[in-house]
Amino acid sequence: MDAIILQILNGLDKGSAYALIALGLTLIFGTLGVVNFAHGALFMIGAFCAVTLKKLLTLSYFVEDPTKTDFLGKPLKVATPYVQSWFGESAGAAMIDWAVPLAILFSIPVMIGIGFIMERGLIKHFYKRPHADQILVTFGLAIVLQELIKTFYGANPIPTPAPEVFRGSFDFGVMLGFDPNAIIYPYWRMVYFAFSAVIIGAVFAFLQFTTFGMVVRAGMADRETVGLLGINIDKRFTIMFGIAAAVAGMAGVMYAPINSPNYHMGMDFLVLSFVVVVVGGMGSLPGAVLAGFMLGILEAFASMNQIKAIIPGIDQIIIYLVAIIIILTRPRGLMGKKGVMEE
Amino acid sequence: MSTSNFTRRGVLKSGAIAGAGVALPTIFTASSAAAYMNEPTGSTVTFGFNVPQTGAYADEGADELRAYELAVEHLNGGGDAGMMNTFSSKALKGNGILGKKVEFVTGDTQTKSDAARASAKSMIEKDGAVMITGGSSSGVAIAVQGLCQEAGVIFMAGLTHSNDTTGKDKKANGFRHFFNGYMSAAALAPVLKNLYGTDRNAYHLTADYTWGWTQEESIAAATEAMGWNTVNKVRTPLASTDFSSYIAPVLNSGADVLVLNHYGGNMVNSLTNAVQFGLRDKVVNGKNFEIVVPLYSRLMAKGAGENVKGIHGSTNWHWSLTDEGSKAFVKSFGEKYGFPPSQAAHTVYCQTMLYADAAERAGTFNPCGIAEALEGFEFDGLGNGPTLYRADDHQCFKDVLVVRGKENPTSEFDLLEVVEVTPRGQVEYAPDHPMFAGGNLGTCNAG
Repeated sequence: MDAIILQILNGLDKGSAYALIALGLTLIFGTLGVVNFAHGALFMIGAFCAVTLKKLLTLSYFVEDPTKTDFLGKPLKVATPYVQSWFGESAGAAMIDWAVPLAILFSIPVMIGIGFIMERGLIKHFYKRPHADQILVTFGLAIVLQELIKTFYGANPIPTPAPEVFRGSFDFGVMLGFDPNAIIYPYWRMVYFAFSAVIIGAVFAFLQFTTFGMVVRAGMADRETVGLLGINIDKRFTIMFGIAAAVAGMAGVMYAPINSPNYHMGMDFLVLSFVVVVVGGMGSLPGAVLAGFMLGILEAFASMNQIKAIIPGIDQIIIYLVAIIIILTRPRGLMGKKGVMEE
Repeated sequence: MSTSNFTRRGVLKSGAIAGAGVALPTIFTASSAAAYMNEPTGSTVTFGFNVPQTGAYADEGADELRAYELAVEHLNGGGDAGMMNTFSSKALKGNGILGKKVEFVTGDTQTKSDAARASAKSMIEKDGAVMITGGSSSGVAIAVQGLCQEAGVIFMAGLTHSNDTTGKDKKANGFRHFFNGYMSAAALAPVLKNLYGTDRNAYHLTADYTWGWTQEESIAAATEAMGWNTVNKVRTPLASTDFSSYIAPVLNSGADVLVLNHYGGNMVNSLTNAVQFGLRDKVVNGKNFEIVVPLYSRLMAKGAGENVKGIHGSTNWHWSLTDEGSKAFVKSFGEKYGFPPSQAAHTVYCQTMLYADAAERAGTFNPCGIAEALEGFEFDGLGNGPTLYRADDHQCFKDVLVVRGKENPTSEFDLLEVVEVTPRGQVEYAPDHPMFAGGNLGTCNAG
């Protein structure tokens, strides 16, 4: 039982990441009709926003310490971050420690800007082209973006830890009446799940309860009619692209402490997130969220030794297996609507 | 009146003679003019440096290239000569090799076997490389080693740690300076016994490919021999990025040691996840839970940040060693590039020097001459103490380092500290050891 609870928790945080990326993917598809394979790269750039802010906050000046030597036997140059000399040692250290949460604020304008440039500069030229063209151009763009990141940051993962207060893990087992240490779960993964729930809720509330959201939903349902009413729907869809980029970016920022960011992390998530979108139903926001969490939990269960003992290798194929079954039985996905991608 | 002497039979005969005449120079060139594949005829000799320049191991590949460039500079008489000053063999004079200036071409393995073979093939066929070297993966090393055997050039392996490279997949044209999974296990086991005792339950998470399998087999055998129980061996897909669902079952398995048979990004993520799940703070069976990373790389350890602190593993070489060879190499490399070399840089520098020295001693670039000079070669001064290139399997035998993640690093390079230098005698094994069985070295191929 404890193992099952633990895998449900694991599935929830995996599902959170899938759901956040898939939400943006399906939002862009639903509004602009574009299959954006560069969305994983936006997740990766978000994580590198956290890396960049950490680097900026740890920019240092160097003072030689004659009592210590470096690897060549020369006096060791000891680094002191500028923020510690400007704001005091403890305040500066706290800023560095909280670099990841601070990077959320940093990433929002950066990601909206990148999203805007991507949409206006490249993707808008492919609105009326076949989906295959869109996939090719956005996939190419994703490769360009990851190579740019690799050029600046290298190929190795860069550790970007959570604030000290969120390191370590919480003993759920004791709370639920199990033995100590039976179900322990990292604090930051709990934060990630809560953060995802807030972002998903905020996106839905924005679309559901604001006039802007109402117009966007109307545009998703019937773009032409909304246009005939004199509403500039293209402008609103461009803003939605920026919002989708910001959601992917924030998901990336918060993911940075879970696994050290590297230039390839977007690609690792992209294919799975695309499967999530298809399983949820192309263009369906609730479908993307539902499928994200469902596939995340199934993937976690498939990694259990008891399951792998019955079906070896199931952990590597489970998502695709479920996707095949769902598409065969419900061709429009779990919550797909009639008419989407069917013309 | 003119008459024609042409007959059908006459045309055929003449054609056959003419054809043989045209073909003769080609046959002659291929078999006799060049005594062996890519024999250098001018004033230069070309090496092929085949390293990952793109992909997840690109940083390791970049460090290998730096070391290769340094080695070529030293061989051609530039710089401070580095380890040529400390190398026990004094055949190299700093005037190239056999009087020929050393030049090089580079290829990108992309850490993919097919791409690595393609780039090696191109360097051999188009650039005339007389020797191929480099790489950061056992899968790639085995693939390229096979190609070099077929092509008739020497392969001086880079970073490859699978037992199979000099075990079931060994080749007469291939040579490995780097240590292997068996040696890691033989060096680590006594240290782990001293630190954690003989009554332990180990859980293995293993990257699902040749290197992971052989390391898992080696570590499990060595720890079981000292009394440890292996609770479970779980294979993880090489493409895994989040290991939380593999770490979770460890919590309730009864294990009190987690062995991470992972390298590169896998190691960074699995170790980070294990620490996040509080494994290091856990007490199981009345003992502190411990994590072991059998193969450490400083470049990769950097990615795991503070999570490596106090975690034990093994490494081929470390820049903090104080022998004369290591000091000379660190000085040369550090002054040229501004930071200390990695173990990958060290091993490829040594491989280049060993090849050059063998050619100089053999008096030829013929692969069979080089192989003969390297087989059974005993040397010192290259950073790991007295070393033997064993003739039976072309594996180097030398001291192995047991290291630990440093608690208080002074710089981003100061991540590991050497706990023990395990003497060569302790990591040696018989050429017919079961973990290395099944292969055949064969005979050298000169092309």
